[in-house]
Amino acid sequence: MNTGDLHLLTGAYVLHALSPEEHAEFERHLPGCPSCSQEVRELAATAGRLASAVAVTPPAALKLQVMARISAERQEPPQIPRQSRRGGSRAGRALSRFALAASVAAAAAFGGVALWQHQEARDARDVAERAQTRAEELAGVLAAPDATVTSGRLTDGATGTVVVSRGRDEAAFLVSGLPEPPAGKVYQLWFADGDVMRPAGLMDPSDSTSAMLMDGPVDGASGMGITVEPAGGSAQPTSEPLALMKLPV
Amino acid sequence: MKEAVHIGGPASAGPDLQELLGLVARGDQDAFSQVYDTVGGAVLGLVRTVLRDPAQSEEVAQEVLLEVWKSAARYRPSRGSAMTWILTLAHRRAVDRVRSAQAATHRERRAALLERTPAYDEVTEQVEARLEREQVRRCLRGLTELQRQSVTLAYYRGLAYREVAELLSVPLGTVKTRLRDGLIRLRDCLGVSV
Ligand SMILES: [Zn+2]
Repeated sequence: MNTGDLHLLTGAYVLHALSPEEHAEFERHLPGCPSCSQEVRELAATAGRLASAVAVTPPAALKLQVMARISAERQEPPQIPRQSRRGGSRAGRALSRFALAASVAAAAAFGGVALWQHQEARDARDVAERAQTRAEELAGVLAAPDATVTSGRLTDGATGTVVVSRGRDEAAFLVSGLPEPPAGKVYQLWFADGDVMRPAGLMDPSDSTSAMLMDGPVDGASGMGITVEPAGGSAQPTSEPLALMKLPV
Repeated sequence: MKEAVHIGGPASAGPDLQELLGLVARGDQDAFSQVYDTVGGAVLGLVRTVLRDPAQSEEVAQEVLLEVWKSAARYRPSRGSAMTWILTLAHRRAVDRVRSAQAATHRERRAALLERTPAYDEVTEQVEARLEREQVRRCLRGLTELQRQSVTLAYYRGLAYREVAELLSVPLGTVKTRLRDGLIRLRDCLGVSV
């Protein structure tokens, strides 16, 4: 491609509409061409306005999940070298309390947190109190200094994240993008003790994006799983798990 | 006539977000929480517009936000605003996903695109209906039909310019220039300056 043609590619370039070869060729041209560089800056900002125009309100649990995942994610080194890179270790960094308080408050306002006790509540106040306690416990797990975070892909593109605090002996499960279960079915969580599955709570079928405290102590569980079960849940899994995740020791 | 209008969003989010990204690059989770609050809605909205599948969109949006966390140190203010950098990452990821998900072979992909031909008008309409910001909608209306279709198919649907050309039955060179002059007209109408 001659240079005259390359100058015309700014629009297609910022819209990611070039072929990989042309994209690479244009990127080689760009540093040496001040007019294209300026135009690319302007047109990329213009494309950004098109994105802002379709902004949505994300589900509150999406933030919880992203915040949980970044705490386990190693960052590229910053420009200014740090004395210790220990904070970037694989898993095990706790979320900062501020970030957590903000995201838990958001999730609580959205109403999806911790309402999934499967036994019937006597009255609304009982439910509210229990929800409050569960929300606090959930926040406690997520903010625990020893909290570890594991993420995995479920079916249909859903993403599940398990946060485990061995110290508190509790675990939380966060999920986004889960399709509604078939009629008369629920999603059930399990702790895996070796090959033995132990019930760990039912998910609210109306929420595809949620965070919940798992039922029961973590104990020595080596993993967790999620299955589709008849309404009310099962004592043992009756279907193939949608996902099985290993828990960090 | 040029009309400069200003909408909240990238332009107004400038310096704060840039500062926050600097903190994020040093591992500051609280700063990241604020970055999320500022950009999360636009990231998810854009990804969802391109992919249209809600579950996949949340997954890709998470990947984008994780990438912001991981590679914040790579952001260069000289190349544009922090918002633009993040939305560029988001668009790139969404487009990669839509292209990898599409047909395994060129032949199938071509067939799939041609099948979609009758729907493109409807698609463009649907995207426009979702535009929350009056100014953007108005400025899109100020483009020629071919500019508007080319820009929205490429940006909101993630089509390569060759596919846009095929879909609209216009020469490749025409689409290339329409993408450029369409965006230039939008830039002037929106009063974008960097
Ligand atoms: Zn040039």
